[in-house]
Amino acid sequence: MSQLNSNNETMKEGKDRYKAGVLPYKKMGYWQPDYQVKDTDLLAMFRITPQPGSDPEEVAAAVAGESSTATWTVVWTDRLTACELYRAKAYRVDQVPNTGEGTKTEAQYFAYIAYELDLFEGGSIANLTASIIGNVFGMKAVKALRLEDMRIPVAYLKTFQGPATGVIVERERLDKFGRPLLGATTKPKLGLSGRNYGRVVYEGLKGGLDFMKDDENINSQAFMHWRDRFLYCMDAVNKASAATGEVKGHYLNVTAGTMEEMYRRAEFAKSLGSVIIMIDLVIGYTAIQSMALWARQNDMILHLHRAGNSTYSRQKNHGMNFRVICKWMRMAGVDHIHAGTVVGKLEGDPAMIRGFYDTLLDDHTPQNLEHGLFFEQDWASLNKCMPVASGGIHAGQMHQLLTYLGDDVVLQFGGGTIGHPQGIQAGAVANRVALETMVLARNEGRDIWNEGPQILQDAAKWCGPLRAAIDTWKDISFNYESTDTADFVPTATTSF
Amino acid sequence: MMTNPNGIVTQGQFSFLPPLTDVQITAQIKYALGKGWALSVEYTDDPHPRNTYWEMFGAPMFDLKDPAGILMEINNCRKTFPNHYIRVMAFSSVRGVESPTMSYIVNRPKNEPGFSLVRQETDGRNIRYTIHSYATDKPEGERY
Repeated sequence: MSQLNSNNETMKEGKDRYKAGVLPYKKMGYWQPDYQVKDTDLLAMFRITPQPGSDPEEVAAAVAGESSTATWTVVWTDRLTACELYRAKAYRVDQVPNTGEGTKTEAQYFAYIAYELDLFEGGSIANLTASIIGNVFGMKAVKALRLEDMRIPVAYLKTFQGPATGVIVERERLDKFGRPLLGATTKPKLGLSGRNYGRVVYEGLKGGLDFMKDDENINSQAFMHWRDRFLYCMDAVNKASAATGEVKGHYLNVTAGTMEEMYRRAEFAKSLGSVIIMIDLVIGYTAIQSMALWARQNDMILHLHRAGNSTYSRQKNHGMNFRVICKWMRMAGVDHIHAGTVVGKLEGDPAMIRGFYDTLLDDHTPQNLEHGLFFEQDWASLNKCMPVASGGIHAGQMHQLLTYLGDDVVLQFGGGTIGHPQGIQAGAVANRVALETMVLARNEGRDIWNEGPQILQDAAKWCGPLRAAIDTWKDISFNYESTDTADFVPTATTSF
Repeated sequence: MMTNPNGIVTQGQFSFLPPLTDVQITAQIKYALGKGWALSVEYTDDPHPRNTYWEMFGAPMFDLKDPAGILMEINNCRKTFPNHYIRVMAFSSVRGVESPTMSYIVNRPKNEPGFSLVRQETDGRNIRYTIHSYATDKPEGERY
């Protein structure tokens, strides 16, 4: 791959440029350091680990080329097209801090690439991703490659429906304002019969949770077929709603092997009066977009479980950052997405997770390198997508959760509800009391980050279930260093 | 009698806490005013979870920025409707929100009979559910 070490500049259009043979990507026009980015361009930022000895600019040009118009050799048929327009342009390459010589990590580079809007079909995440992540991740010229962030132009965003319901309308429908929503995943996640499963749902909701949830792999198995689950769960939901006077919901997971079957399950959920259904990320981008259209047409909130994402989002040098998934899923049209807890059992650096939440919730996200947001992003009035915090969280962390995650989030306490020593209803009460106490205190201007533990202790004096929850889980925390942190932050952030 | 843990309707932000004192209510009003939100007082004797439109005790107080004045409105409403559900709501007019941002109950009837669940058996095992408020069997104004 000697061409990869070339420093040659772009060749002029003309006979010589199109002589049969192989040219370095830089010479073919895929490296343009002087390029002026247009507002309508789609921008992508990749973390590139070149093969040893390769010129990083040439590798960036190769990524630009192979994710747009190029193939490995010169083709004269380019000359039948407005090829200069369609070529993606790598326009900036920066070495990643703390990589390369003298560090423990081999050299990595942040490569910025601009894509012409006309390269993409409107309203299709599948088309967008087939270009941006379609081929390049397997190229020999890169040892590893990670898509870190994207800037989606307003013109392109306007071709997407966006979240079927959105945070604002979801709250209006549920009649729940000014506090995080509370949920729990039914446990054990596999093995309960429909009747037993509905029991857990009823207890959790009657105790004070807003939502209960199917887990990602609860579909239609031998121990519980889907119709049974839907029927029993909706009896539980409605009974709990009558018992409390609140709107309640259970995320009925309609994930199935075919679209036809998913539509069938969604229709049944609707016929039973469910306010919300659920899908898994593994059904694929097109299926997600179809379900989002269905949800908009049928007044349904659409919950997305990010099942499978960590196979490609966790390692720092290869795959894609979860913030990109957040952007695509807001475009694809889901109303909820699991986006991390900071304090729970799953991966998550606080600054990175703030970046995910802002991406899902803001009208406009400014560039914020500390939060891993490499581009300013105008969301063009696309609905907001509710982040869900799930996995290893409990009532004793309420001050941390509220500080880190804010009001617009669903806090899911699965084990923290169902594993309560006094029962599921008591578990729900503990969580709801902890939440309301903390929101009240924050609104009163108290410093909940520091006073939080005492605020909870004070509430536990009059609330036995909260007392029991704090005693049971007081020593539980998940202190591991995050694998995914920002590389622009001068000091490392701590994961709790 | 309601059989949920608190034995009361648990709509709103703070229904799991002991009833808020005037001092606590004032602190919440200050929080809302600090955010630039307009406050309003609403009351009803139909607490059905999907009864969206409670009666307004006057329009939202867009121009009243004095917490004591707003508390006075709340207390006027309590005096006028001592046996109704009364909630304080906050509204944001910011683009992208333009919706309620707070809602909490500050008054409720002494006895809350709650709701029955009416199940209509339909095709096969399908059931249509109706949540029915016991109180609404009586005419408006005579319920609690």
